[in-house]
Amino acid sequence: MYPKDLRYSSEHEWAKVEGGRVRVGITKFAADKLSDIVFVELPQIGARVEFMQPCGVIESVKAVSDIYSPVAGKVVEVNTALADTPEVVNSDPYGRGWIVVVEPKDLKELDRLMTVEQYMQAIGEEH
Amino acid sequence: MAVEQLKRTSLYPRHVQSGARLVGFGGWEMPVQYAGIVQEHRAVRTAAGLFDVSHMGEVEVEGPGALASVQRLITNDAARLMLGGGLYSPMCLPTGGIVDDLTVFRLSEQRFFFVVNASTADKDFAWIREHTTNATARNRSAEFGLLALQGPKAAAILARVTRINLGELTYFHMRDGVEVAGIRSCFVSRTGYTGEDGFEVGCPWDAAPRIWDALMEAGGGHGLVPIGLGARDTLRLEAGYMLYGNDIDETTTALEAPLGWTVKLDKGDFIGRDVLVRQKQTGVARKLVGFEMLERAIPRHGYPLLSGAARIGHVTSGTFGPWVNKSLGMGYVTPEHTRQGDRIAVEIRGRPVQAAVVKLPFYKRSA
Repeated sequence: MYPKDLRYSSEHEWAKVEGGRVRVGITKFAADKLSDIVFVELPQIGARVEFMQPCGVIESVKAVSDIYSPVAGKVVEVNTALADTPEVVNSDPYGRGWIVVVEPKDLKELDRLMTVEQYMQAIGEEH
Repeated sequence: MAVEQLKRTSLYPRHVQSGARLVGFGGWEMPVQYAGIVQEHRAVRTAAGLFDVSHMGEVEVEGPGALASVQRLITNDAARLMLGGGLYSPMCLPTGGIVDDLTVFRLSEQRFFFVVNASTADKDFAWIREHTTNATARNRSAEFGLLALQGPKAAAILARVTRINLGELTYFHMRDGVEVAGIRSCFVSRTGYTGEDGFEVGCPWDAAPRIWDALMEAGGGHGLVPIGLGARDTLRLEAGYMLYGNDIDETTTALEAPLGWTVKLDKGDFIGRDVLVRQKQTGVARKLVGFEMLERAIPRHGYPLLSGAARIGHVTSGTFGPWVNKSLGMGYVTPEHTRQGDRIAVEIRGRPVQAAVVKLPFYKRSA
């Protein structure tokens, strides 16, 4: 449910280092809480994002939530497939449900995020 | 700080057992979803769903003055009701604003039975009592549990737990004093809030869990699943039904809402009639329309509606329609933007997103 090689934000985003870049999505916990995701508003490629500032919007049938960037930098890829199949954020939040890839200003910023153990504790789940 | 004590229906333990997510609604702690809104919504369109609507209110008006009182209270015409017949109607203030929208059934010559919204039940009862003459109004909300069984399989499922001839119970008719799942003194009406065929089953408050269990068992082979308030809202929106408190309230009239068909100006005097007569003569300053988004973004309650740069109204309800597979909404606009196909925009997070006015409802089941 919560891969060990990811870092986690207090707003339920995950961050995965891929070479010098960071792939971002929302956690299974957040996807389950939102349930039935029907729309994802993505940033533009090239957009500047700040640490834990909104970079997109995710809508379920019932609710609207901001997506926060877990790292500062520049958006270099967005998951355009979500325009037609936003539900993959529910079914595959760490795979096909990724949201953006960011070229970070400083990779060390990820140290400010939680490890999987810390995150699971934060959401009250057993290891 | 005062903490609101939420009331619970007698089915609360069933909702907890089934793992429902619970929320506060109109003063009640109610299930918002069980398996998920989209899955539940599809189950009602293709098979059947069971809803706990025990939070809704029931008011009875009985006595020689019952018909005259009901006629004064509602805009629709109760005089034309046969015994067992019912209708949908707004109940208005003298200003024409809507106190509540409700269903009312004529159970005998001198006895009428209202089913009203949960959040307005106390206000409704006070209003009904105040305007009832030569008859007695009784608030029976605490006596009755209420279940809604909705969907193409609803009749087949209900037939397994009652001997009522459901073929003879036609749309908007009620039978009372009947037995369902071995429970006596139930009432059953062929009504609903989903756009599907279906029934509402009232029973003594504490008997609701027994009827719930019997229906779930009878419906197992038909794909019956429990439905929360989340799918109740998306189903009613696709079906074009008003939600009191969102689409209509004390500041809107039945002629501004698409409820003109419920306003019977020639039936005699009723509360709010003067204002409605005037609105009919001079026209309304705004009208509620349905619209579909031309992009996938979702309109939400309160978002501004625009034509070019001009603000023309606001969204009252909006969602992604799981069955019609479109983002859709309703809202009040100025009269020049109410034709089918008119292009308007919804301001979503500061950006105008294009939409087209469409005819309500968004969904109509095939006969």
